[in-house]
Order: sequence, then structure tokens, then C-alpha cells
Amino acid sequence: MKARVLVMPRAGVLDPQGKAVAQALAGLGFEGVAAARQGKVVELELAETDPGAAEAAVAAMCERLLANPVIEDYTIEIA
Amino acid sequence: MKAVVIVFPGSNCDRDARVALEAATGRPPAMVWHGDSGLPPADLVVLPGGFSYGDYLRPGAMAARSPVMQAVVRAAKRGVRVLGICNGFQVLTECGLLPGALLRNAGLRFVCRPVRLRVETARSPFTNGYRPGSALRMPVAHHDGNYFADAATLERLAGEDRVAFRYLDNPNGSLGDIAGILNEGRNVLGMMPHPERAAEALLGGTDGRALFDALAA
Repeated sequence: MKARVLVMPRAGVLDPQGKAVAQALAGLGFEGVAAARQGKVVELELAETDPGAAEAAVAAMCERLLANPVIEDYTIEIA
Repeated sequence: MKAVVIVFPGSNCDRDARVALEAATGRPPAMVWHGDSGLPPADLVVLPGGFSYGDYLRPGAMAARSPVMQAVVRAAKRGVRVLGICNGFQVLTECGLLPGALLRNAGLRFVCRPVRLRVETARSPFTNGYRPGSALRMPVAHHDGNYFADAATLERLAGEDRVAFRYLDNPNGSLGDIAGILNEGRNVLGMMPHPERAAEALLGGTDGRALFDALAA
């Protein structure tokens, strides 16, 4: 099965890239963008067939490597 | 004093560190490849600057999980001194030997220039050759040097005298102008500025020399 991990800067952590994206959008004339946050997506192909077990495994991967809990939050989608 | 320099794919200050260590200790350090699972006997391990694993995922993230780092973490916990410079500092936060994280520079630009630092504490084997409060000049060269930690961690670092250096002209947005920090045991130092690139007059400055001399003493 497939898993999709969304890693985002935690609330309260400065996100200079997101801020620059918001400014660039304003510069292009897109009005009304109050804020932008920039994160990353990691897609995984897993041999596991049980969704619960897959989610637990991916959570462990996030804790060990895919996200840095000091500065990032993650969400997991299993499909 | 036996020194080891860890070489990751993408390290680019490993040889600068070797030259500075050899000048201070009188013998060349052992250069250890990241894939090795053990360390030779060492009193000091240096994690050099560079862009290990191309900064993939997060700067220092892949290097922190490489085989040799497990041996470095064990050595640090036994009291062996560990110095992480620039990318080495990022690796130390990623492997949990130092708290906090290094974010993208607040100005978003890669900063490559000399900066001025203040020595905050002489109470460590790395900084006991400096006078607290003295100003040093060393180069920085990084894109992700913006030190971040939660308020409780920052308070703890200051309260335990674990901030080694602060910027006098903060180049990257680091909280508290932090340029370098020590672990609880004071045997691990991570810093973004490059003392090994300021250890010879030929390189444009010698303010980094006292750090290597103190370690060699």
C-alpha cells in the first residue's frame, strides 16, 4: 500500500520560505494571501497490507527520520 | 591528544579541520568515513562543515543516522569531546546530542562572510583559552544557521552557562543571537562559525586557533 507523509513547520516556528512565497504572490498581484506555509510531501510504497500496521510503521519512520519534532509536525495518509 | 575527523559524502571542511588539528596537536587526525561502524580510540571527534548527503531531507538529517554516528553518540556519552562545526552542528542537533534545530536563514540567503562573535563562557575544554566577553572574528558559510529552540530550552541553555558564543552581528536570525552551544556535560560543542578557517594568518585570521590549542593542551 501507499503512504503519503505531509511534513509542515510547527506553529510558532519561523517559516522564512513560506513568508517569501506569500510576498512573491503579492508581488505578482495575487491579493488576499494572508500567509503561506511551506512544507514537504514524502510518498512511500509499502509492502505492508494492513492499514493500521502501515500507519504505525510510518509514524515510527516520521519520529526517527522523516520529521524533526523540534520544528516540524507530520500527518500521515494511508491509501 | 588523538583526534578523529568524520568524513561524510558532501563534507567540504574535513581537510581544513585536519590542517588546524595537525597544527595544534602536532600529528594528523584520523579521517573516518561515515560508513564505518566504529571509531578508533579518540579524545576528540570533529564533525566538519559541508553539505553532507546534499542536505537531503534536512541539513544533517541523513548524516545523523549514518553508521558512524552511533559510535560518535556512544563516545560523547562516555565523555569524549565532540566538536561540530557548521554542518557538524546541524548533525549534532539532528542526532540529539544538542537541543534545538538550525532553520533556514531568516533572510533566506546563503551567508558567506566573516562575522563577529562574543565568547560567552570559558567553562569548557573548547573555550577555556578565551577570555569571557572577548570578541572574535570568524567566517560563516551557511544557508541553514538560524538557531531555534523553545523558550524553556533557551532559558535552560542560558541558565546553565551553555551558550558558548553569541553573534555580535546576527547574520541568520538565530534566537538569542546564538552561534554555538554546549551539551549538559560540556564535552560537546556545536557552532556555526568556522574556527578551522580562522586558524592561520594566511587564512585571514587566527581567532579560531585558541579553540584547537585549548583542545590540544
